[in-house]
Amino acid sequence: MTDSILMFLAEHTAVAALLKLLLLVLGFVMPLASLSTWAERRQSAMMQDRLGPNRANIGPVKLWGILHFVADAIKMMFKEDVVPAKVDRFLFALAPVMAIAPVLITFAVVPFGPDLCVGQVLSVVTDPTTCKATIPLQVARMDVGMLFYFALASLAVYGTTLAGWASYNKWSLLGGLRASSQMMSYEVCMGLSLMGAFLVYGSLEPNAIVTAQGSNILNWGIFTQPLAFVLFFTAAIAETKRAPFDLPEGEPELIGYFVEYSGMRFGIFFLAEFIETIFLAAIVTTVFLGGWQVPGLDSSGFGSFHLPHLAVVLLQVVAWSLKILFLCWLQLLIRWTLPRFRPDQLMRLGWKQLLPLSLLNIIITAAVVLWRSGGK
Amino acid sequence: MSAHHAPSSVEASSATGKVRGKVGVRVVGRPDSLEQRVYLPEVIRGLGVTAKHFFANLFSRKYTVTVQYPEEKVKYPDRNRGLHRLMLRDDGQVRCVACMLCPTVCPAHCITIVPEETGNQNEKRPRIFEIDELRCVVCGLCVEACPCDAIRMDSGVHAPAVDFRGDAIQTKIDMLKRGTQSVATQGGVGSDWRSKQPSVKQYDPPK
Repeated sequence: MTDSILMFLAEHTAVAALLKLLLLVLGFVMPLASLSTWAERRQSAMMQDRLGPNRANIGPVKLWGILHFVADAIKMMFKEDVVPAKVDRFLFALAPVMAIAPVLITFAVVPFGPDLCVGQVLSVVTDPTTCKATIPLQVARMDVGMLFYFALASLAVYGTTLAGWASYNKWSLLGGLRASSQMMSYEVCMGLSLMGAFLVYGSLEPNAIVTAQGSNILNWGIFTQPLAFVLFFTAAIAETKRAPFDLPEGEPELIGYFVEYSGMRFGIFFLAEFIETIFLAAIVTTVFLGGWQVPGLDSSGFGSFHLPHLAVVLLQVVAWSLKILFLCWLQLLIRWTLPRFRPDQLMRLGWKQLLPLSLLNIIITAAVVLWRSGGK
Repeated sequence: MSAHHAPSSVEASSATGKVRGKVGVRVVGRPDSLEQRVYLPEVIRGLGVTAKHFFANLFSRKYTVTVQYPEEKVKYPDRNRGLHRLMLRDDGQVRCVACMLCPTVCPAHCITIVPEETGNQNEKRPRIFEIDELRCVVCGLCVEACPCDAIRMDSGVHAPAVDFRGDAIQTKIDMLKRGTQSVATQGGVGSDWRSKQPSVKQYDPPK
């Protein structure tokens, strides 16, 4: 029964892709994004010696205040949706969609587990390449994977810029302009800093990068490309537009590009920001933290300790989730620790420090790769 | 990360900081060690501090200072001025003799007293004694003024939130409910009470 369902999915890739998309987006990304809205307030409180929101409850069920995100969602949905008189109505409605759609679509290229060997789920699989039928635990496997990600990530800037432009408000326009200049500046550095990793692992396809990193922790991106890790992480945090790079929002002076938005439209911008942090965590995990790899766990188990295929896959999916959770936590930690940059400091950091360093990283990596391959 | 230059008008002394001029401005120079200018080690140190607080508070609430108010309450200090209360005599009657000193001294005009006869030629008592807690500025002058120790503000209860303004008026019954017997001598002890007090060590301010 299970085998026949899996076989069906392995043959009908479109159905499988749809199912995986639902599983990934509705089962992991959206719940995690909603939880982050609570975790952000709770974690910042813990860091600042407070308690944070812990009171939302359904009857006696309190769950440390996790239900606050339910309360928030209900509030957002029932709030009045104010549309100012002079806005460009079409672009005003389009902007939140443009902000959230690219970040959700890019999850398609993220591998959240290894290939599932259909028909051998309960037996030990020593060499996954010998499987007759496989279900890749990745929605879309394409050779341009990372380029697809960069292409869509640069689309996300339209959401913020359009929101600023369409709102017919000076402050949102300033926020939108800041967002576009900041995101364009840091995209350059993001792309260039990943170039070193592409050279080392020889592929642009995320799952191939993860497979190339293997279960040896010293072969993971963070050890082979430490400089690129720092550069990419910094640039990508700037790309999410959160503190210490939250100039587009600029709470003390601008309120941001979404100042005219209310209700669920604002909620979508808010959610998009959190999904971006999760996506950033996913990309950093894929390229630098070995994706779904568990240290020491091969496809047959830990060394001579054999495990059934299903257990291995489950362990790897759990490892992937834990890495993402850790990076989300780390981003919240950074967001609530570091003070904000000034616009000129932001531009100087992006163009004068991160960009030359990422170019230097490419040159050094290329030289080392060439030397190790024997100059061929 | 930041540019390494000193402001031109002020002579900066980066390492130690220098006290200059009458007001003692401490000039702090730009960070000049490579470690600080690379920025990253300091960032990691900062993250370490916040992470330490996060985990300590997560597992043991080590540094957490929050008081969960309605469930947990901090005891007010002894001299806190709370909701008024009217004190009782030995026989449980109100100590107040309706001398009208407290409504006279009250800067907010929040005290209303209507006196009545008691049958005793020497005393009155309040028929109505009401305090509008919305008007009260909690200055405590009524307590200072009272010659009979009849009104006090040491109940330790603060004025409650109300739905209607009228509910904020404390009546005589309300305030008597919080009252206890006072051991002070009714009618005072005479102007020479201070000399009858046991000698107390005088406050000796530190030199």
